[in-house]
Amino acid sequence: MANLNQHNMNSTNHSWRNFKNGVMQTLTFVCAILVITPLVLVFYHLLWQGFTSINLDFFTQLPKPTGETGGGIGNAIVGTFVLLGEAALLGVPVGVLGGVYLSEYGTTKLNWWIRFTADILNGVPSITWGIVVYALLVVPMHGFSALAGGVVLGMMMIPLVMRTTEEILQLVPNGYREAALALGVVKWRTIVQIVIPAALKGIITCVLLALARIAGETAPLMFTALGNQYWSQKLTDPMAALPLQIFNYAISPYDDWHRQAWAGALILLLLVLSINVGVRFLTRDRSRQRNN
Amino acid sequence: MSTVTNQTPAFAIRDLAVYFGLTKAIRNISIDVAAKAVTAIIGPSGCGKSTFLRSLNRMHELVPEARMTGDIRLFGDDIYARNIDPVVVRRRVGMVFQKPNPFPTMSIAENVTVGLQLNGVRDSSLLAEKMEQALSMAALWDEVKDRLHAPAISLSGGQQQRLCIARALIMQPEVLLMDEPASALDPIATAKIEDLIVELKKDYTIVIVTHNMQQAARISDTTAFFYMGELVEFGATAKMFTSPSKKQTEDYVTGRFG
Repeated sequence: MANLNQHNMNSTNHSWRNFKNGVMQTLTFVCAILVITPLVLVFYHLLWQGFTSINLDFFTQLPKPTGETGGGIGNAIVGTFVLLGEAALLGVPVGVLGGVYLSEYGTTKLNWWIRFTADILNGVPSITWGIVVYALLVVPMHGFSALAGGVVLGMMMIPLVMRTTEEILQLVPNGYREAALALGVVKWRTIVQIVIPAALKGIITCVLLALARIAGETAPLMFTALGNQYWSQKLTDPMAALPLQIFNYAISPYDDWHRQAWAGALILLLLVLSINVGVRFLTRDRSRQRNN
Repeated sequence: MSTVTNQTPAFAIRDLAVYFGLTKAIRNISIDVAAKAVTAIIGPSGCGKSTFLRSLNRMHELVPEARMTGDIRLFGDDIYARNIDPVVVRRRVGMVFQKPNPFPTMSIAENVTVGLQLNGVRDSSLLAEKMEQALSMAALWDEVKDRLHAPAISLSGGQQQRLCIARALIMQPEVLLMDEPASALDPIATAKIEDLIVELKKDYTIVIVTHNMQQAARISDTTAFFYMGELVEFGATAKMFTSPSKKQTEDYVTGRFG
């Protein structure tokens, strides 16, 4: 021990080591800062460029015709919520029940294939989803529609929700399942009334994260919901959505539309951010309960 | 259900063998489990005690590759008959597990009544009456009667285990299986569970798996000693612990191996 210490005290070696350690520490610190810089940049730009365009009209009015300033993107905000609602209607039941199958029923071999497929689907580029739904729904229905937009987002949600639901259900201790089954409760009731309630917060978290993930999808909506300058009356009509509106405004030649695109992007970011904060709140609450 | 005398065995087990895949966990065991008595199953870890217990209410079937041969009759009824649903067996044969496992999302009251509710009982006055009976029988009523709607997980470990016993008792099972019910508890909580078991045997048939030799000696009437999936010796507890007929049993109960 004494020898080792003496060795460490050896001046040149010691300062060289200190130097290497310092380099490493600085390098990792710079990279850590680089991770958070984009968020700061994005926020700064959106706030600086978009904040002035945000007023009550922005949330309630329709876009003004080309050349006129002012107006809003109320239809796109509502459209985004409608599309997310449709997507949830399709993606949540199928995804959650699929996850329940994987966790509670499936055989090892079949589960392997389902998981494998879901993981591939999770990696499919969003524009591919768009083209497929275009061919499956838009062409046969002879027109772009909010329905097709909701379906494409819902289809993208399914594998995401399914895999995360499965993981959450696997965290429910087996003892609860056994306790219920030992009471002579049939399996489906055990799942619906014991296992799922125990995992409910986690499942809601998964669903919210999946919604946040698809809220900003643009490419698949270009082939399906298309966008709309007016309030949509029917789900079979094209429907405006925030990402589409941002895209259309951003590629336009008008300064006022550019400002509105920034503002729209800010609203979209705030929407996604609030979902994420909501998730944080849910999960923090859960861990606190567990500690007690 | 047929009339039951004290002479009718609760379980008549013949040539029971349980396999998990290619592993034979239980090797041709034949015993009679006496009604309204406590039967203890002892033996070193991995000897098949828990598997044996779980084959009595078909809980071992939760393991996908499990299968069994032989014959188990519960008061004369073949519980493995083709037309018998394991759900029905489990309503007649209750179970308490090693780790207290009250349902975390439910209150104390809900935990006790959940078995009845999930089996379709809706009458709230009947549920309240049955709940009080079950909690009293599990010697927990006085401790929880003022906070029936508190979360079950707010109880201590020993109380949680008695809650789990109440949850099993409310179904009025004919037999109660206990898989090391006190091994996760402190000595005082353990003593309460043991007192409870002795009390319960007036009305119930109890089969208990235990690692604790003193516990088996204190509370059981009959003891079965398992080793490597085989039944080494089965007899009156007093005899098993004082003058066992097999050398292996003597070595185990005196702590020389296991």
